[in-house]
Amino acid sequence: MELRNRFSLGSLYYWLVALFLYLPILLLIVFSFNDSTNLRFPLTGFTLRWYQELFGAGELLKSLWNSIWVGLWSSLAATVLGTMAAIAINRFEFPGKNIFIGISALPLVIPSVVIGVALLILYRQVFDVELSLLTVGLGHVVINIPIVLLIVSSRLAGFPANMEEAAMDLGASFWGAQLQVILPMSLPALVAAFLTAFTTSFDEYAMSVFVVGTNATLPVYMYSQLRFPRRIPIVVALGALIMVGSVVMIFVSERLRRAGEAK
Amino acid sequence: MEERRRLSILITPSAIFMLVLFVLPLLIMVVYTFRQGSFGPTSRIFTLAHYHDFLSDRALQGLLWRSVVQSFWISLISVCLAYPVAYHLSFQAGERKMTLLTIIIVTAWVSFLLRILAWKVLLGGSGAIASLAQSLGLSEEGMPFLIYSQEAVNLTLIYVWIPFVALPIFAGLERIDPSLHEAAYDLGCSRPEAFVRVTLPLSLPGVVAGFLFVFIPTVGEYVTPSLVGGTTGVMFGNIVRDQFVRALNWPLGSLMSLAMLIVVLIPLVIAARLFKFSDLAGL
Repeated sequence: MELRNRFSLGSLYYWLVALFLYLPILLLIVFSFNDSTNLRFPLTGFTLRWYQELFGAGELLKSLWNSIWVGLWSSLAATVLGTMAAIAINRFEFPGKNIFIGISALPLVIPSVVIGVALLILYRQVFDVELSLLTVGLGHVVINIPIVLLIVSSRLAGFPANMEEAAMDLGASFWGAQLQVILPMSLPALVAAFLTAFTTSFDEYAMSVFVVGTNATLPVYMYSQLRFPRRIPIVVALGALIMVGSVVMIFVSERLRRAGEAK
Repeated sequence: MEERRRLSILITPSAIFMLVLFVLPLLIMVVYTFRQGSFGPTSRIFTLAHYHDFLSDRALQGLLWRSVVQSFWISLISVCLAYPVAYHLSFQAGERKMTLLTIIIVTAWVSFLLRILAWKVLLGGSGAIASLAQSLGLSEEGMPFLIYSQEAVNLTLIYVWIPFVALPIFAGLERIDPSLHEAAYDLGCSRPEAFVRVTLPLSLPGVVAGFLFVFIPTVGEYVTPSLVGGTTGVMFGNIVRDQFVRALNWPLGSLMSLAMLIVVLIPLVIAARLFKFSDLAGL
C-alpha cells in the first residue's frame, strides 16, 4: 500500500514536469495555426496562412538550406575525426592521452560565447578570411567532436578487447579489422553520434552568430526575425515543422542506440 | 613501430584540428587581451590598460559575480526539480522507463530559440498568460511585470535546462547497484534513511555532472537575457557580446571572455578532482 502511494506520487510529479515542459511548445504550435499576427488569446480562427507564406519566404528557406548543409558536413567531419580518435583512445596507450581527452572534451563544457569570440579573432585577425558558412561549419566541428568522442568511445569500451585480435588471427589486417569488424559493430553509435551532432549544429546560435557571414544559418536568421512581430508567426510555423521533424529523428536515433546496446 | 604509425594515423587529424581551431584561438584570445585596440596600428601596441580597466570597474566585476550567483541558483533549482523525475524513472517506472525518459529528453531537442520564444510569448505584456487572464476576466489590463526581469530569465532557463539535467542524474542513478538498497534495508535502514545514506551519495557524480552541464553555459548566456531579460535582466554574456558587436573593443571583450572562462573552469577543476572523469561523463 505504502509502495503504491509512493509510486503514484512520483508518477504524478513526472507528469507535472512533462506537462510543464510541453505546454509552452504546444502553445507555440497552436499559435502557428491561429489567424492573427499577435500571439495572444483569444484565438481568432484556424488558418494555414503561415505555413503557406513559409514557402514564399525565400530568405528563411535559404537559411534553412544553409543550416542543413552546414549540419551535414560538420557532423560528417566530426563523426569521422571523432570516431578515429575514439578508436585510438580505446585501443592504444600513449603519452599525453589524458591531456588529449581533456582538451577534446573541453568544448562541451566551456560557454559557446567564449569559443565564438576566440574563433572570430582567429578568423579575422590571424587568418584574415571572410566569414562564411565554412567558418561556421568549422566551428560546429569543434563543438561536435566531443559529442562524437563521448558517444562512440562509450560504445567501443563495451566491446570485448579481443574482437580485433580474433579478426586479425583470421587473416584481416589491422585496418581491415577496424573497417570490417569494429566499425560495423559500432554503427548504431556512429549513427547516433552523427544525428546528435547534426541536431547540435542545426540548433547552434550562441557561437555561430559570431562567425557567420552575411549568409545566415537558420537560428541566426530566426533570431534576426524576432524583431519584426509580423514575421514571428512564420518563424513559429517553421519551428513547429522542425520540431515534428526533430522528434521523429530523435526517436529513430534512440531506437538505433538501444538496438546497439541490446546486442 | 607499426603500432605507433597506426596510432598516429588515427589521432593526428583530430589532434591537429583541435589544436588549430580550438587551442590556438583560445591562446590568441589571451594574447589579444594585451592589445590596445582592435584594428589598425593600435592593435600592435602592448598594454595592460584593459586589465586595469577591468580590475578597477566594480560594476563590471559585480555583473560577472551576479551572473555566476544567478547561474548557481538556476542550476541548483534545475537539479532539484529534475532529480525526482530521474529518481522516478530509475526506481519506480519499471519497464516504461526508457519511453518516459525519451518523452522528457525530446523537449531538449526542440530548438533552443523556439523554447525561449515560447516564454517570450507566454510572459509578454499582452502575451499568452496576460491575454488569457484578461479574456477570463481575471485581470483588467496587461501584465507588463511578467517579462523583462531577472526572474523571467531564471524561469526560462530553468525550463530550458530541466531535461538536460535529468539525463546525467538518471545515468548516475542507473549505475547504482540495486543490491545496495536491499543491503541497506536488511541492515535496518528506513526508506528515507537509505536514500540519504546510500542512494544520494552514490548518485552525486551524476548530480554534479548535471549541475555543471547547466551552470557553465548559463554563466555564458546572453541569448535568453536579450529576449526576455530587458535592461534589468542583463547578464555578463551580454556585455561580452557587446564588446564584439557594438563597442568593437575586442581586447576588452577578450579579457572579459577570459575572465568568464576562468570562472567556469574553477568548479570544473574541483569536480574533476573529486570525481572520476568517467563517472561525470556517464561512461
